[in-house]
Amino acid sequence: MSFLIGTEAIAHVAFWIVVGLTFGGAVIAVFPRNIIYNVLGLVMALSGVAGLYLYLGSFFIALMQLLIYVGAICISIVFAIMLSRPLHLEVPKRSVPKVAMAAGASAIFFAAVVGVIFKSNWVPAPEQSGDWSVVTIGHLLLTRYDLVFEVISLVLLVAIIGAIVTAGYSRRFSS
Amino acid sequence: MNALGTYLIIAALLFSLGLLGVLQRRNLIGMLIAVELMLNGASLNFMAFNRFLAPEPAVGQIVTLFIMGLAAAEAAIGLSLILALFRKLRSINVERAQQLKG
Repeated sequence: MSFLIGTEAIAHVAFWIVVGLTFGGAVIAVFPRNIIYNVLGLVMALSGVAGLYLYLGSFFIALMQLLIYVGAICISIVFAIMLSRPLHLEVPKRSVPKVAMAAGASAIFFAAVVGVIFKSNWVPAPEQSGDWSVVTIGHLLLTRYDLVFEVISLVLLVAIIGAIVTAGYSRRFSS
Repeated sequence: MNALGTYLIIAALLFSLGLLGVLQRRNLIGMLIAVELMLNGASLNFMAFNRFLAPEPAVGQIVTLFIMGLAAAEAAIGLSLILALFRKLRSINVERAQQLKG
């Protein structure tokens, strides 16, 4: 029994460490003026969110988060940073009133969302099936949620073609 | 750690930080990073509702996968636009991108 309590406490502490990792990463991703720090903070925050997905019971989604976000999106952002060069040269200072207005706007948004969270009465579904397996996700993706699968395939195809056209043609026009 | 409200507040805070980044940054890549944070807040919300309220746990995971695919497409398009803009203007500051004519 004491062993169980011990593991529970460790899980609790680890949860708050993961939350701290997420917010630390998010703050690093937003505030420093050096763009490389921003990308590293983004990697940290996304890894923290993957840990939160583990706590929410989905190993598969946590793995996909690491694979797609950290492995693909962050790496492509790093490539874009390397290709668009003089980054530490031009960092114009933001005027203080603008930053204060942005902070005020997002603080108002956060207060509104927290108000909604505490005001509303969340009712769980009467019966929840505990079927978290990847097999079920695959079956549903190819039967009932077929549209999601098709739409995301089409969107990715269009995005790839559009990226090639945009990056390639602009080079031809400007040179 | 096992309550819906905790996860919802974490997601709201992530989304607000992303919103602050979009409003405050003038570096296009920085704004893209902030948009990724906002998308993560949204999908964290979906996963929390999926865990605590939904009758079928597979649906929220499918929506989260959809958001990840959209984020990948958005990053690809956004980064190629940033590269095109950088070749034209020699800068990725959005306040410099003011002219509409080619």
